[in-house]
Amino acid sequence: MHRFIPPRIAQKIMTGVFWASGIITLAILLVIIGYVLFKGMPVVNLEFLLGNPVDSGRSGGIFPFIMSSIYVTLIAVLVATPLGVGAAVYLSEYAGENTLVKLIRFGSETLASIPSIIFGLFGLAFFVIYLEIGWSVLSGGLTLALMALPTILSASEVSIESINKSYAEGSLALGATKWQTIYKVVIPASLPGITTGVILGMGRAIAEAAAVLYTVGAALMIPTSLMDAARPLPLHLYILATEGLSMENAWGTATVLVIMILIITVVTNTLVDNYRKKMMGR
Amino acid sequence: MEYRIEVENLNVYFDELHILKDVSLKIPKNAVTSLIGPSGCGKSTFIRTLNRMNDLISTFKMDGTVLLDGGDIYNHKVDVVDLRKKVGMVFQKPNPFPKSIFDNVAYGLRVHGINDKDILAQKVEESLKSAALWDEVENILEKSAMGLSGGQQQRLCIARTIAVEPEVILMDEPCSALDPISTTKIEDLIHKLKNDFTIIIVTHNMQQATRVSKHTAFFLHGEIVESGLTDKIFIEPEDKRTEDYITGRFG
Repeated sequence: MHRFIPPRIAQKIMTGVFWASGIITLAILLVIIGYVLFKGMPVVNLEFLLGNPVDSGRSGGIFPFIMSSIYVTLIAVLVATPLGVGAAVYLSEYAGENTLVKLIRFGSETLASIPSIIFGLFGLAFFVIYLEIGWSVLSGGLTLALMALPTILSASEVSIESINKSYAEGSLALGATKWQTIYKVVIPASLPGITTGVILGMGRAIAEAAAVLYTVGAALMIPTSLMDAARPLPLHLYILATEGLSMENAWGTATVLVIMILIITVVTNTLVDNYRKKMMGR
Repeated sequence: MEYRIEVENLNVYFDELHILKDVSLKIPKNAVTSLIGPSGCGKSTFIRTLNRMNDLISTFKMDGTVLLDGGDIYNHKVDVVDLRKKVGMVFQKPNPFPKSIFDNVAYGLRVHGINDKDILAQKVEESLKSAALWDEVENILEKSAMGLSGGQQQRLCIARTIAVEPEVILMDEPCSALDPISTTKIEDLIHKLKNDFTIIIVTHNMQQATRVSKHTAFFLHGEIVESGLTDKIFIEPEDKRTEDYITGRFG
């Protein structure tokens, strides 16, 4: 083929293209977060954070909704993490490459791509109505657990698969059983990857409105038990915006949600980094 | 002579591949035995048969007998966990756990139910001293083992192995990833350990075999061509193929 562009110029152009792609991605992120903060920060103060809503959220604070978000997310993570990590251990350490394994992996991938509103519908049919749990923190949390599960599973599996097989060999050669090898060597070594998966799953759960729409109710009070109805932040935001109650408070709620997610991400990244440094000695 | 391990008519297959063919070898107690031979001749497979690490490979099949102190290690009553405690292994590439130096050495002890802090500390110190590593790591026991040099990591792996007080230590080319100074340290260590342990070392380094071992077995295409005293094999080998190999004519 005839060269139209000299390689050195092509190199320069492509470097520019890749640089621009990176910068544009960063810019999009900054613009969105910046816009949310710009619109929302004026509303956010201590009273907004710690107060109760007044007049269906037209004014007052969002404390019950912050607590609702924390509760449902916590339930989701507590339920989905052992299941996801357990399944990942099974897939990568116990199961060979058989039909069941392929089915589990296919199932998990499919689960990850199902729209969240469908999780919401399922949660309504199964947890709220069939299991008679009702509109509650528990129903919402369990529905979110289903959504977070595939994320946690696949990240954990990748992480476990990627750790050096020689660690497990060394452990077995010392007379450790398979189970000892898994929980004393394999899981600690893959903990940074597993944690990242849990955080991704948690991020999915805490940011979710559709999946809790039909499962958690829409209470304005702080839930005091698992069976109480609640209203996580994204749902509150949705209600404020769609019912035209208060756009200012909707932006304020969005701001709080974004900041919560940022804090969770930064804190866990720091913890994971420190753990990895300690483990790998650098 | 007393033998620790007696292998009789051992055949090993992976799927249809016949890796070890009718191998018989006696390993003398508290001495070093070298296994030499070109790559792919079955040396590593052979030592992995001795601590049943090959069991991890689903296509592994074997027949023949492997006796440790007179007992068949492939008897269905044998607990593989106990066996591997008695027959330790040091791998080609140093493979310390991504844990602290202390926890690496304490690992095997903890796995076998020792949790007393004083006992652990004492055993860790003894093992690191036996592995000639104590002076270098005495003050950094809580640091990650991954920060050590390759040679230090390999001595740590030896310390980890001797901490559980095995009878036999299998070493699969333990110096192949190390520089000459680290190699010398490991060889000195092997000299020191041979009084207390039966050591089997796979090596591609002929000088190393003559330096560290009293006995040598020469493997070729899955068979043992010749075995006996190292001095005899290297000075007046009986088989032409042994002579060709040790003089570097092939392999």
